[in-house]
Amino acid sequence: MVMGAAILVTAVVAVCFGSVNVGIDRVIGVVWANVTGESSAVDSIYQKIVWELRVPRVLMAGVVGAALALAGAALQGLLRNPLADPYIVGVSSGASLGAVLVMTFGSSVIFGLTTPAAAFVGALVILVLVFAFAQRSGNFTDMRLVLSGVALGYVAMAGTSFAQLQAEPGQVRGILFWMMGSVAGARWEGLLLPTIVMVLAGAWLLSQARGLNALALGDDDAVAVGVNLRRFRLGLLIVAALLTAVTVAVAGGVGFVGLIIPHAVRMIVGADYRRLLPVAALAGAIFLIAVDLVARTVGSPNEYPLTIFTALVGGPFFLWLMRSPEGRT
Amino acid sequence: MKIAITDLGLSVGGTRFIEELSLEITSGEFVAIVGPNGSGKSTLLRAMYRALKPDAGCILIGSANVWNVAPRRAALLRAVVTQHQTSNDSMLVRDIVATGRHAHQSWYRGETKADRDHVDAALVRCGAAHMADRKYATLSGGERQRVLLARALTQDAPVLMLDEPTNHLDITAQHDLLSLLESVDLTRVVVLHDLNHAVAHADRIIVMHEGRIKAAGIPSETLTSELTREVFAVDSRLIEHPITGRPHLLTAPMR
Repeated sequence: MVMGAAILVTAVVAVCFGSVNVGIDRVIGVVWANVTGESSAVDSIYQKIVWELRVPRVLMAGVVGAALALAGAALQGLLRNPLADPYIVGVSSGASLGAVLVMTFGSSVIFGLTTPAAAFVGALVILVLVFAFAQRSGNFTDMRLVLSGVALGYVAMAGTSFAQLQAEPGQVRGILFWMMGSVAGARWEGLLLPTIVMVLAGAWLLSQARGLNALALGDDDAVAVGVNLRRFRLGLLIVAALLTAVTVAVAGGVGFVGLIIPHAVRMIVGADYRRLLPVAALAGAIFLIAVDLVARTVGSPNEYPLTIFTALVGGPFFLWLMRSPEGRT
Repeated sequence: MKIAITDLGLSVGGTRFIEELSLEITSGEFVAIVGPNGSGKSTLLRAMYRALKPDAGCILIGSANVWNVAPRRAALLRAVVTQHQTSNDSMLVRDIVATGRHAHQSWYRGETKADRDHVDAALVRCGAAHMADRKYATLSGGERQRVLLARALTQDAPVLMLDEPTNHLDITAQHDLLSLLESVDLTRVVVLHDLNHAVAHADRIIVMHEGRIKAAGIPSETLTSELTREVFAVDSRLIEHPITGRPHLLTAPMR
């Protein structure tokens, strides 16, 4: 309830403020007119700013934040490693390689794919490779998964760096911006896929929350209570990778959210995944909507990439939480 | 429920840990598996609870082949207290015990009143009710074992398997846990490090040595001085415990 109210307030505030500030009554008016199908009655400037640019942007920030927090929570549960985040399995490096190739050499390099599509394909290619290298006669251990993810991630990063050096000076800023994450380009039509993936993945994870709880004590403990360990791990990894791939495709490399939000939430509501997962998704959404607001207002009319502020705002908050009484575990 | 193991063989990374092992355990029996480090006792138990796959032979619990049924079905046949491990997870005791109900639930059906009643009853039974809302990471070794035993009891399985449950426990907690185990009305298979725990509490002792069963039988007839010399390289004498009246094994370095 509290979280629901918080996300609504954050979203409305985020829609009001920007390079041009719009009053809350006007925002509500525009949104209402569009929902009821009478958008033609709205002043075309506000229609563009509020409905065509800011609302999808705020929604995208929310979806991306939620997806990254879910992916991080799932991976931390799977690997029982507090440093696990959506990028540990190499998926984002693959996505970056795909995106940067297209941005540098044009879409003709990879079968005419657009930047988001190339990022998604890059992520999936790395995912398949990680599995191919991590498995040994049908089995794979967490350690081998992480190691092959890290190694393949570095290979992809080498390719990305090389491609960047081939880029025209004018392209570099765009590439840098993309690699540090941004939802500046969000439009209604781009929202559908990430939203579907986030909702389905979130629902599946929530249905598996008890399995994640069982896994928290150890592999043998999960087996003891009847978890199908091999299938469960595979499912968690694929779902986390899909969440990551789809967010990197639409928003580039947004760092920090997937690593820190699950930890922060764990400190506040505890480690029971039945509560942790939904709260982490909401917290991730609120956090990234707020960060995006900061990123586009702090130096208005200039914009900054998200990762600068996810870490700048999130880091001190997390350290404070760690020192506070609720945070002591 | 009875257990029947036939011609079991198990290798890990080219090393043979269990060789042609056969064993029958009758319903309701308290069986202790003992042996020196590396004798294969924990390996045998892990194969029995479906964590380490054998490459030969079969393990039946009742009429079900443990390795041919789904993991969920296996969890309805046997519950496990795994070897003690440290955890810094901030999970609550009640939530950990509740994971024992996993096999009774399905993905679309959450925790029911019956599940919660099982959890409460198991917590009371194991003397852990007062710590239900504490974080597992803050418990002592003995308290953690009570919690893991409570989780195992909520599984409602006819067979209970425990891997060195008295390790790292202080002397009070060791006796508490063993008495608790004696009072449980299930088939119990317990890997024990301390021979005296086995001698004093088990109905039958299985002595493992180099991946095979060296001896098996009632405690007072099985742990002979010849056997302890050969398997454990210690001299021993079985006496009556002056306080409990149960058998007690005195050991000394070999002369």
